[in-house]
Amino acid sequence: MNNRLRLLRTTSVLLGTALTAVSLAACGGGTNDASKPDIVSEEEIQKALDKPTELTVWSWSASLPDVAKAFEKEHPKIKIKVQNVGTGAEQYTKLQNAIKAGSGGPDLATVEYSAIPQFALSGSLVDLHRFEFGSLEKEFTKATWDAVNVNDGLYELPLNAGPMALFYNKKTFDKHDIAVPKTWDEYIDAGRKLHAADPNSYIAADNGNAGLTESLIWAAGGKPFSANGDKVSINLQDAGTKKFATTYQKLIDEKLLSPVAGWSNEWYAGLAKGNIATLLSGAWMGGTLKSGVPDGAGDWRVAPLPTYDGKPASSVNGGGSLAMLKQSEKQLAAAAFLRYVSAGKGADITQATGSFPARTKVLESEKFLAEKDPYFGGQEVNRIFTSSLGAVHEGWQYLPYDVYAISIFNDKVGKAFTGSLTLQEGLNAWQKALVAYGTDQGFAMN
Amino acid sequence: MLTANPNPNPVHTEAAHAAPDSRRTQPPARRVRRRQPDGGSKKPRRSVLLTVLMTLPLLYSLMPLVWLAINSTKSREQLFSTFGLWFGDDFALWDNIVGVLTYNDGIYLRWLANTVLYVAVGAIGATLLAALAGYGLAKYEFPGRRAFLAVVVGAVAVPSTALAVPAFLLFGELGLTNTPWAVLIPLLVTPFGLFLLYSYANEAVPNEILDAARVDGAGEFRIFFTMALRLLSPALVSIFLLEVVSAWNNYFLPLIMLNDPSWFPMTVGLNQWNNQAATADGEVITHLVITGSFLTIIPLIIIFLVLQRFWRSGLAAGSTKG
Repeated sequence: MNNRLRLLRTTSVLLGTALTAVSLAACGGGTNDASKPDIVSEEEIQKALDKPTELTVWSWSASLPDVAKAFEKEHPKIKIKVQNVGTGAEQYTKLQNAIKAGSGGPDLATVEYSAIPQFALSGSLVDLHRFEFGSLEKEFTKATWDAVNVNDGLYELPLNAGPMALFYNKKTFDKHDIAVPKTWDEYIDAGRKLHAADPNSYIAADNGNAGLTESLIWAAGGKPFSANGDKVSINLQDAGTKKFATTYQKLIDEKLLSPVAGWSNEWYAGLAKGNIATLLSGAWMGGTLKSGVPDGAGDWRVAPLPTYDGKPASSVNGGGSLAMLKQSEKQLAAAAFLRYVSAGKGADITQATGSFPARTKVLESEKFLAEKDPYFGGQEVNRIFTSSLGAVHEGWQYLPYDVYAISIFNDKVGKAFTGSLTLQEGLNAWQKALVAYGTDQGFAMN
Repeated sequence: MLTANPNPNPVHTEAAHAAPDSRRTQPPARRVRRRQPDGGSKKPRRSVLLTVLMTLPLLYSLMPLVWLAINSTKSREQLFSTFGLWFGDDFALWDNIVGVLTYNDGIYLRWLANTVLYVAVGAIGATLLAALAGYGLAKYEFPGRRAFLAVVVGAVAVPSTALAVPAFLLFGELGLTNTPWAVLIPLLVTPFGLFLLYSYANEAVPNEILDAARVDGAGEFRIFFTMALRLLSPALVSIFLLEVVSAWNNYFLPLIMLNDPSWFPMTVGLNQWNNQAATADGEVITHLVITGSFLTIIPLIIIFLVLQRFWRSGLAAGSTKG
């Protein structure tokens, strides 16, 4: 569900820039609430469910309305209004507006893992330790549990995961007799071979995608961002980032990447025709392919993400769950719904729509692992995604203003994809802009 | 002379006649003479080069429309796998229209109704307010009039996008965000329309007529509603048309003002459908977005075709009065 997507449309960038600036202004000082949250007991939560309550949830997830209906059936006193107020950055802008205004926000909202620090560190979200949800830790995989914990606070219960994988068009690969690449060198070779055989075909499409770049740096072992309280450091020259930039630069230099923007009509057309032969993406991309490229059924396969040395290494791309706003006046009922969505029956409903789960008991069940996916030619794709999840590099952190960082990515790093800068130069320019922005917002930059 | 020309579309005839005209001089010359019996020597000059040059922007602006029309006939399967500027094997226009009207419990119709509400109330209200204010500024002396006019002229220069965020914060204070008022109230204010009406009223409503009416005992409201409004009608139609188009296409303001999808106009709603393609478990419904967009522009084309007649004749009527 509610996975990532990069809306790099002018409007959302405009919105994002205009309004993150407004809302982050308050961010500098108020980072971590030193006082312990007042603990709420389970009885109090149950009691709240017997009182007539209307909850508002902002989410662009397609499955959440069904989850809400199922919850209302179990608890008839509770009414849940699920509102799709916009996808990704658009919704965050509205969320920040409501936070700034002090009212008008929802009780719960979809916040992607990458955006949690931004809202958590500005003190806008409820620390779920208040409801003792920390005890649910063992129900979720480590990679996702790490994502919802920021500075000792717990801000969401994981709902889905986006372990990185390589989606490839087997039909195109077979046609040009290309082997499935295991390392980045093989991946680049595959790109060369494909483009030489058919000048209209590309190994992948990328005209500058912030989320993908972050995930590939992460998979290369880079840790460019770290935040501790109001201290933020950015180092886009660390070993992992450099490894990624040097390798990826080859794809750009040899013009092996199609300059088509993700999720554009041309992009879907390229995937349908097999002219874009691979996708480096989170597990959720399977759902996008099935629904956006129904004609491609049977053509596509999944393989582990290429690595630098051939040993498994991976990262996460996208994914997110529900966070609770501090301004919510119905926190007890909201907590019950939030838990239902991630750790209760709601999670089963969401999983049935093709979202990749974050719950250990599902990921470890043989039934789940052995599921054959007809779209991917009957392949047991869940095994590949699950082992990718196990190979995720630990210690990755997002910037406390990742939404802003993404909104300016194309201005800074995008130039590298048209060849007027190298990727590393673009990343350096990005870093400079991010440091300047962080300083403006009152962070102690390092 | 020009008003007698019944041809509503001069560009079309230019293009149609330009080519033969350069080769065969006789028949077109006769035709020109027939149309202009008094001045055969003043034959309108035609240029193949200019015609070609003008055809290019025409094609450029028509191309997206053609693309939209063609692709709204394709099913989701064929949309991306067939050539973009020609029809696919299947003709799914009807299925797509049914899909647009029924998807999400038919919320498209709700969005359509919202748009009609915003357009009707916004455009009529804005035109009326601009008429009142423009007329008042042009015809009455009061302290601060010049300053007021300067503010209005200045406001014309500020793009509405730049005002959207401050407007949001203001409406938030008033508790009007996420209500239709947040979309309607800004639509009612049009500095450009006001200024246009002010200039027009200066020219088209002679003070002598107003004075004559006052001498005859007519009150100011009666003068405005029975005389001035009629004299101003060409400008009113222009403003109304501009306001209809801008209200119909209004996107940024409702995007940030509204959270409840049941108050969205079509622009924001269709974009929400479009964004679904970029979410993980969201159904990709690009075919419905395209068909929905196609349906969206049809009423606008109709309004334009109907109103532009008034607009053209109105402007001509205004210009001959002076």
